[in-house]
Formats: sequence, C-alpha cells, structure tokens
Amino acid sequence: MSVRALVNGQWREADVWGGASLLTMLRDSLGLLGSKNACEQGECGSCSVWLDGEVVCACLVLAAQAEGREIRTVEDLGGDGLHPVQDAFVAAGAVQCGFCTPGLVVAVTDLLDRDASLDETAVREALAGNLCRCTGYEKILDAVRLAAAAKREGAW
Amino acid sequence: MSAPGGLRARVPRGIGESVRRPDGVPKVTGAFAFGSDLWDERMLIGATLRSPHPFATIRSIDVSGASTLPGVHAVLVADDVPGDPNYGLEFRDQPVLASDVVRYAGEPVAIVAAESPELAARAVELIQVDYEVHEPLTDMERALSPDAPQLHGWGNVVRHLRIEHGDPEVDADLWVDGYYETAWQDQAPLGPEGGLAVPADDGGVELYVSTQWLHVDRLQIAPCLALPEDKVRIHLAGMGGAFGSREDLHVQIHASMLALRTGRPVKMTYGREESFSGHVHRHPSRVWIRHGASRDGRLVCVRARALIDGGAYSSSSPAVIGNATTFAAGPYEVPNALLEGTAVYTNNPPCGAMRGFGAPQVTFAFEAQMDKLADAVGIDPVELRRRNALRTGSVLPTGQVVNGSAPVREVIDACVSAPLPEPTDPAERDPVTLPGGAGNVGHGEGLRRGVGFALGFKNIGYSEGFDDFHQARVTLVRGVDGPVAEVHTAAVEVGQGLGAVMSQVVRSELGVDHVVLHTADTQLDSAGSTSASRQTLMASGALQLACRGVLEELGRRAGTAGGAVTIEGDQVWADGRPVGDLSALLQVPAEATRTFRHRPTTPMDEKGQGDLHPMFSFAAMRAVVDVDQELGLVRVVHLDSVVDVGAAINPQLVEGQSEGGAAMGLGLAVMEELQVRDGVIRNPSFTDYLLPTILDAPSVDTVIVEEPEPGAPFGVKGVGESATIVALPAVMAAIRDATGLELNRAPARPDDIAGLAGPVTTGSWPPVPDVPGQEPVPTYVGALLSQRATGGGREP
Repeated sequence: MSVRALVNGQWREADVWGGASLLTMLRDSLGLLGSKNACEQGECGSCSVWLDGEVVCACLVLAAQAEGREIRTVEDLGGDGLHPVQDAFVAAGAVQCGFCTPGLVVAVTDLLDRDASLDETAVREALAGNLCRCTGYEKILDAVRLAAAAKREGAW
Repeated sequence: MSAPGGLRARVPRGIGESVRRPDGVPKVTGAFAFGSDLWDERMLIGATLRSPHPFATIRSIDVSGASTLPGVHAVLVADDVPGDPNYGLEFRDQPVLASDVVRYAGEPVAIVAAESPELAARAVELIQVDYEVHEPLTDMERALSPDAPQLHGWGNVVRHLRIEHGDPEVDADLWVDGYYETAWQDQAPLGPEGGLAVPADDGGVELYVSTQWLHVDRLQIAPCLALPEDKVRIHLAGMGGAFGSREDLHVQIHASMLALRTGRPVKMTYGREESFSGHVHRHPSRVWIRHGASRDGRLVCVRARALIDGGAYSSSSPAVIGNATTFAAGPYEVPNALLEGTAVYTNNPPCGAMRGFGAPQVTFAFEAQMDKLADAVGIDPVELRRRNALRTGSVLPTGQVVNGSAPVREVIDACVSAPLPEPTDPAERDPVTLPGGAGNVGHGEGLRRGVGFALGFKNIGYSEGFDDFHQARVTLVRGVDGPVAEVHTAAVEVGQGLGAVMSQVVRSELGVDHVVLHTADTQLDSAGSTSASRQTLMASGALQLACRGVLEELGRRAGTAGGAVTIEGDQVWADGRPVGDLSALLQVPAEATRTFRHRPTTPMDEKGQGDLHPMFSFAAMRAVVDVDQELGLVRVVHLDSVVDVGAAINPQLVEGQSEGGAAMGLGLAVMEELQVRDGVIRNPSFTDYLLPTILDAPSVDTVIVEEPEPGAPFGVKGVGESATIVALPAVMAAIRDATGLELNRAPARPDDIAGLAGPVTTGSWPPVPDVPGQEPVPTYVGALLSQRATGGGREP
C-alpha cells in the first residue's frame, strides 16, 4: 500500500506492506535510519518520533496511520549545527553506544519544549519510557540539566 | 573527582582530560550506522530457523516448501556448510547449523535468503523439521551425575580446576559456611545483532558486522566457509552495546554462506526475541563456600566450590570458570585455600562472556561471607575487609604475587568516607520514589533503609599464558590545514569511548591535534578483543609505540642522531632546538606499525599455581536501599562507587563505566533474570526481561583512584567491569541490612524479600569430576582448534 505523509517538512510517499509499522516505513522505505529498532514493542523508546507534535514509539504506530499526518524525526533536529539538546548529550557524556540516544534526544527535546523547569524526580518520570543499557542514566540527567539551563536562557 | 597525581593534560585534548568523544555527534544526530542500519541496493534478507526443543534428534528436514516460494533465493542446512561444520570461541564444538542433534532451544537449524523480511520469515515457517524429542538435561548438578545424558563425546564437563594453597585442612577459631546462587543475566545491549555479507570478486566475502574481536571472528569463519583467512575481510559495523554478547559469532557465518551461495549481498539482523537466543548469557552459578578466621578477624582458610552452567556449547566457559575460581577467595590475603570450579554442559542456552566474566558470581558469595564473618567475629564489616585486604606484595591463593598497583585500602576508605544520604520522611516523598514506584499501594509506612558495602577485583587483560597483543598503525600526513595523524587498528569501539581514548593518546604522544580514526577492519593484525577491561590499556600501549615510531622516523628524516624528537606546532624539535619544518619532513607520510603486549602470564600448574593474571583493578561500592518488606520491593537510593584504574585517560568516560556498570550489577541484584524453564527462555522481550529504567537507577557518586600500574602505558589499568562486580554484592548486602534476611540468591525476588520464600538450599558439595587436568576438557580430546592459536602475533 502507499502512504503519504509530511516527514521532516517534506511530503514523502512510501510503498509499504499493510502490516508495516511507521518505524519500518521510516527506516526501510524512506531511509531515515536515525530512529532505532531496539525492542519493537514500545518498551525502550529508541524509535521515538513526533506524530502531529506528539511523541510516539514509531514501532507501535502502523505506517497506514501516518497517512496525511506530520512526522518529525531526530534527523530534523539541529539544522546546520547541533540542537542544544544534542550538544548537551555530547558535552555531558550521555552518549555511549548511542543506540538509545536518538530516542532520548527526541524525548528530552519534547520534555523541555513543554517545561524546562522540572525537578529531577519529574524528569525521571518523564523519561521512564526510554531504556539505556550503558550509562546508568546519571549523565543523561546531567544532559537534561545542561539543556534545560540552555532552554531557560533562550537557546531555542 | 580524581586523586592528586593523576594524568595532567600536557597538550590540549590529550590524556587526562574529559575530551568529547568523536562518535558523539553522529550518534546524537542519528547519522551513526549500526549493524542493523546496513544497506545495499541489491541485498537479500537472511533469516534463521531455530529449534524449539532443548534436546532432540533431527530425523529429517524438508525445505521444499520454502525453496519453491517465489522470491526465496536460498535455503541452506547443515550439509550446505562449505567447510568445517563447527565453530566456537575457544573450542569448535558448536555446529554452524545443527545436523543430527539439537542441544538447546534456539539452536540454528536452517537459514534462508529472500527478497524481503516478510518473505524470509514466511520461508522459515515453511521448513518442516521432524524432531525426535528427548528429555533435556537442565540442571547443572545433575550434569555431573553418571546417569545424566552425555551431551558431547567427551562428557558434560567443560573444565574443572583446582587451586590448592598452603594447608587447606588447617583449623581456625571460627568458621562460617554459605551457599549462594545467581540466575541467568542477559547483556541486553539495545542494538540488535546485525551484519551485511557482500560476495567479493575473488570468491571471498566482505563482512560488515558488529563484533568485539574481528580477528577471532575470522579465525572461526574462514574454515567453515572453506576460505583462506585473507578472503574473509571483516569491517566493524556500529555496535549498539556489547557487554560480552558480541564475543561469540551471531550472523557472521550464516550471512556469508547465503551471500556466497546467492551471489548477492545478504543482510541479517535479529529482532529482540531472536536476540535472546542469538547470543550467550551470563552463567548461572552455585557456590559452596567456607571461611575460617582467627578470633581477631584474620582469614585463615577459604574452601570454595563454584559450579557454573555453560549451556549447550563451550563458548568462553573455560576462561569464565578460570576467573571465577581464581577470584573465589576475594581480594584478601588467604594463607590456606582449596578453590575448585567446574563448568558443565547442559541443554540450557549457551553461556559465555558478560561484563565481569565469572567474577560477579563469586564476589556475591565471598562478600556475603565476609559480612557473616564480621558478625561472627563481632567487628565492623568494613574493618574486617581492611584487615585482610591485599596490598602490593601480597600472595594470592594461586601463588601469584601482586606486584602491580593495589591501592585496596585507599579504595575502601574513599568509599566509606563519603557522607550517607539523609533519610527522607516517607510522607513527604513523591510516590514514584517509593520502592516499586507509583505502583506502590502504600504510603511508605513500612520502609526500612539498609546500607551495604562490597569490595572486589578483576584481572585486566587475558590471563593464563594467553599471548595478548594489540597491533596499531599511526600515519602522520601533511594535511591541508596542518598535520593529520591517521590511526588504524582492529580495536572495537563498543560504546565505552575508545575512539576518544585513542585520539587523546595520539595527541599526547605526537603533539598533533588532528586525529582521524579509520574504521576497524582485518587489514592489520589483531588488536585483541574489546573485553576483559583491556582495550584502553592495550590500545594505549600500541598507539604509544606507534607514535614513538613515527617520531623516530621524523628524527631520521631531520638527520638527528637517533635522539627523540618532538613536534611543537609546525616544527620538529630535538635537544631543545628546532631541527626541521614538519611540513617539509612530511612530503612522504611518516608511518609506524607496532604491536604491544602486556606482561606475560603463565598457565596454572597441577595445583592451580601460576603467575596467572597480568594485573588487577580493585573496586568498592556502598549501596543505600529502601525496602518495603511487606510488598517485597526495593528501591536503590544511592551508590558510592570507587574504581581503581591506574590512570584515567578520560575521567568522564571512567565515570560512565562506573555508573553504567553499577546499574548492570544492580539489575542482577533486584530485577534482571532470564527465566529459563525446561531449557526454554520464557521472557525473551524487554516487556518481560526487566532492565533498570531511569526511575530504578540511583544517584551514583564515583571516586577515581589513580595509582599507576608499573610497566603499563601511562600507568593505565582498566575500568570496564569493576563496578558491575561490586554493585551486585553491595546492593544485596544493603537489602540484608534492611531486612535481616539471608538472601543467598540473586536476584532477590519479591517473594524472597517479603519472606514468602526462604533461602535457597541444595545438597552437599557436588562430586569432583574425573578430568585429565586443569586445562579445559576439550583440550585433551585434541582435534578442536583453540582460540589460543590466535596468539601468534608477529612484529611487522
């Protein structure tokens, strides 16, 4: 079947199997490999993307459900340089193997877009859907603090 | 924080500085290519049929339905393996594809290549296998029984070893006895196994794959494909985490067979459920152990027996039980000991390397014993450890003298001198911070806080006489904007930050800022595995030598009399004066290829004595937990982690290993357990195999102790495994402190903590198997090629 969606600001058309997920469409049909396939059952958040402005696990959304809708992926962050959240992840040492990183960058950007003044417990609760096996999360929290400060200073 | 005397950055972005990692930017933008991201326009998709039975005879396989499906290009079974039917990390005892018998549930039986993932999956479903199912052997103690089925021609024992030191029959004032179990743990790297095999014009294969050691992969792959090694060219694909799980082969031989058969590139990647069958796990263990001490708390004797379940094939079980047994008395001076360890075959999923490599299982046991002993003696458990701790010059139960750095008391003191977190009023707490999180139906009324401490140690580098080396090449070229140092090595970045470490070493050694890292491949000789906490040490050593080789070459070109030169800006200096313009001296690139070896070790003798391990890293952990005993739930509140690394090349990366390693040990303490029943994994998903989330993770404070290792480059040791080893016993000790329960099994399940299940028990110490000697049993069978054959490193 054919699916047409506004992906990172451009209308794109993909020919996919009827049972394909949005993640499969992004990765295998549109060549957007930044969204990752770690669990493919909505447990790890590695495939987090925005669907009409709301963060979803792309593995849990049918490609067909994206018809006519707006999708934004990690590839759309940053532009010429790094988005402040991306920069904070590198600066804080929040990146190790990097497989969870794109999903966490999306989740943290979305969180800070909504509220950059949350305390640590609220941040932990907000990110509980993103698994990381490498860092123990300490440096991810450092990255959130760095990025939140940048956001409060109007970095984006 | 760092102790005084650590590395000082002599050049910007050199050693000792928390330099940003070079792969950081592509990883945050999504541009970094992992094994599962590989792509070729002409590629087919490979898939694997796996046995549903843990033990069965294959009567017949009918592939006709699959092979006639349109879009299916190949369906291959055991008879299609071009060369050696078996492979294996240390011994070739594992079939590429099962032929007559399957020994574990999940064992590959057939492989297919098709135009799409959906077609490949459909083809796998259409293969008909007629199995004669047998009662599986699933208990590691039963594996030692003479009436158990014998799973390999040489029996069920992979290796049994015995370390005898002093007089193990000696008496002591006090004795404490214990029995301990640990469950299966999975490495659960987020990146799934993946690779792309591309057939080459010369009849060989280009293999792009996520692996921890390219050359030992090639050593195993080439004979199975009936190809010479130079026709199997391996290129590292992005890893997505390893933790030991990428030491054994996964898609390598299968994808290559399909590519060579079809003449098309073949991509294979495992989904999460298949991944749980597609890699080895941490060995479950049973440890019987007895400590004797004097009334004033000096260890007199340790007697221990460790039994680990290697599953169906040997993988790295021989080395894992070697480590577990040599570490079984802990980082303590023990004058008399009898330490025995056995790894057995069963019909359970194969076990092999996982962060800690045999140490976590015995550390859990001996540290619980130390707490019991402190109680029996009537002294503080930390003081008991201080009293018995190893120091430089101490003798281990293996007779090995600890000649290197051993700042054990400093590690202990740094850990316990940090302030403890203040208790919080449960009524004031956000419910998500209660044990069990927002799902906790109470209001924190029955919470009990506990504090636990653990000490441990780990060898750095390969042991028992293994010729452990790393070859690297540094090429200094005249770039457009100044000199560029190109680095070529087969060393694998698994996520720990090796790229940053290697860049820092080269900057410091050469004084050149611009460093380019080539993708790891098999063009040069081996760099050894990224495992055993060894790659920072080994890469530092090889790059230091190669950089010095480049400087010697520049010295020759500048006409110096063989003296050392340095690079300062655009000039080459010798004896305090400029001797040449760098750009002019680099009309031809200056290159050096060098091989580094850590100090040699020896195999163990018939009494388990020998200079077995190259060096040791020590670690301590203090855990603070809150326990809701009525609900059987735990929240780990805080960890103080101390790691002894020799020297920290990049302190931020060291902290990353401490924090991440601690989380992995915590997981085995309170939530991670691969549920294996009747030989079958029952929870192969991230829904049912519980990994710590950010809500489960405690705050972690890390102290880095730097006492340089003599003879090591920059004094570096390693840090990849130490925090994992001590986190498990520290968290378990804290839960014991909170509850007063014995808790001799990890992980501690809700029923254990709520007191619904008592301590685990078993029979008396298992029988000692009759084996020819200390080496792995397959050694004595001959015919099976050992990984030790890779040790023939050569200088260029």
